[in-house]
Amino acid sequence: MVSTLVVVGTIVLVATQSPGWDAFEEYFLNWGYYRDSFGEIARAFLVNVRIFVTVEAIVLVTALLLAILRSLPGPVFFPVRALAVVYVDFFRGVPTILVILMLGQGIPALQLSWLPTDQIFWASVALVLVYTAYVSEVYRAGIESVHPSQEAAARSLGLTRAQSLRHVVVPQAVRRVIPPLLNDFIGLQKDTALVSVLGIVEVLRQTQIDQSATFNGTYYLVAATLFVLVTIPLARFTDWLVARDRRRQQAGRLA
Amino acid sequence: MSAAPAVELEGIHKSFGDLEVLRGIDLALAEHEVVCLIGASGSGKSTLLRCVNLLEPIDAGRVVVAGREITARGVDVNEVRRGIGIVFQAFNLFPHKTVLENVTLAPRKARGLSRAEAAREADTLLERFGLVDKRADYPDRLSGGQQQRVAIVRALAMQPRLLLLDEVTSALDPELVAEVLDVIRELAAGGMTMLIATHEMGFARDVANRVCFLHEGRILEQGSPDQLFSEPREERTRQFLQRIVAAGRM
Repeated sequence: MVSTLVVVGTIVLVATQSPGWDAFEEYFLNWGYYRDSFGEIARAFLVNVRIFVTVEAIVLVTALLLAILRSLPGPVFFPVRALAVVYVDFFRGVPTILVILMLGQGIPALQLSWLPTDQIFWASVALVLVYTAYVSEVYRAGIESVHPSQEAAARSLGLTRAQSLRHVVVPQAVRRVIPPLLNDFIGLQKDTALVSVLGIVEVLRQTQIDQSATFNGTYYLVAATLFVLVTIPLARFTDWLVARDRRRQQAGRLA
Repeated sequence: MSAAPAVELEGIHKSFGDLEVLRGIDLALAEHEVVCLIGASGSGKSTLLRCVNLLEPIDAGRVVVAGREITARGVDVNEVRRGIGIVFQAFNLFPHKTVLENVTLAPRKARGLSRAEAAREADTLLERFGLVDKRADYPDRLSGGQQQRVAIVRALAMQPRLLLLDEVTSALDPELVAEVLDVIRELAAGGMTMLIATHEMGFARDVANRVCFLHEGRILEQGSPDQLFSEPREERTRQFLQRIVAAGRM
């Protein structure tokens, strides 16, 4: 506690005593700009919220399906597994911003009238593709961490493979991967700022517009505040979920 | 009087890679018969049980249950397994489900019972085995003996005609063994057909109609418990039993 205070105090002291501090304070820590722009930037942030809530809901399902496809046993499913591997390799390997650019600019350029042209739609599709790849690996790790004897027990009761997955393997796998899953979702929430490259007026684009209008950088602080405001409750919620599970299953455990 | 045997194993062979674990097992159990498999670790007892309920595909031979060959092509393995219960050494309860949910899952999903019907049946069984006050607990809160009794109840909830028990007391602390063996004795008295792999020689002597000594993937010798334990014909059997006695397990 004391050491923390000393470190923080030193940093504050060094920063505020620096030769450029006054200019820095004027540029980044302008309370007037902060207060006046907060509402507008928060409205733009709602675009990000809409994107990540939608994408998270979809990825939760698609990533699980992909993970299950990849863990299907036997030679019959080899092509399915191979396709899943290629998919994951590709979308984990390509920078997210490139996928957004390619879909957001490429698909409307095809001029197919029956396809949606909405940029937010295609930006969201790009995020779904990328995060499905990431999150499916998290799920797969979880599925593989469930001991084979669990599936043996389920199958020997007469449950089908699908029922064993649904009722025995996946529920245990998901519980184990909640923390890393949240980690990826926080990454996703931050990556919604990347869709600004398509010209969508979301939080980052809005701050850039404000910044170039006034030549003041306090708007970045507003945007940062908004991101932190959504990730902290999510992190605490996850902690609570994990703790609840542990309590339920292990409280009063016999030695 | 006697109809088709409850189970017939004919010439069962099973290898894992280069290791041939079962080298031609022939064994038949009549209805209501209790057969104990004894033998050293690695002699193939567990593998044999896992072959009977098709958890392990066999390389050669046939398994016939109640007159029907279950190792034939095109047999619905899920349907077969519903009629054959198995209890494992390590219990393998579902840790994310309560005792009641562990017991009712398969009756609901595989037998198609409603939640209420399954719970009613489960409560009857839990009551019978003194576990009804544990129905809302998660497995981690139970002692090993209680967990294994729940695992037995879970298998019984599928109303199997045949029960396979795979060293069900080997993972238990000594003072918890008796409560599990008592359950099995009660099932034997109730006429359950059982194939039991065990290291509990006293129990085998007590509960089995017939004891088979497995050695290197074959049934080297079988007979009534009295005959096999008192006057084993084979030298290998004698040596095995002497080691058991020396270890204070008989």
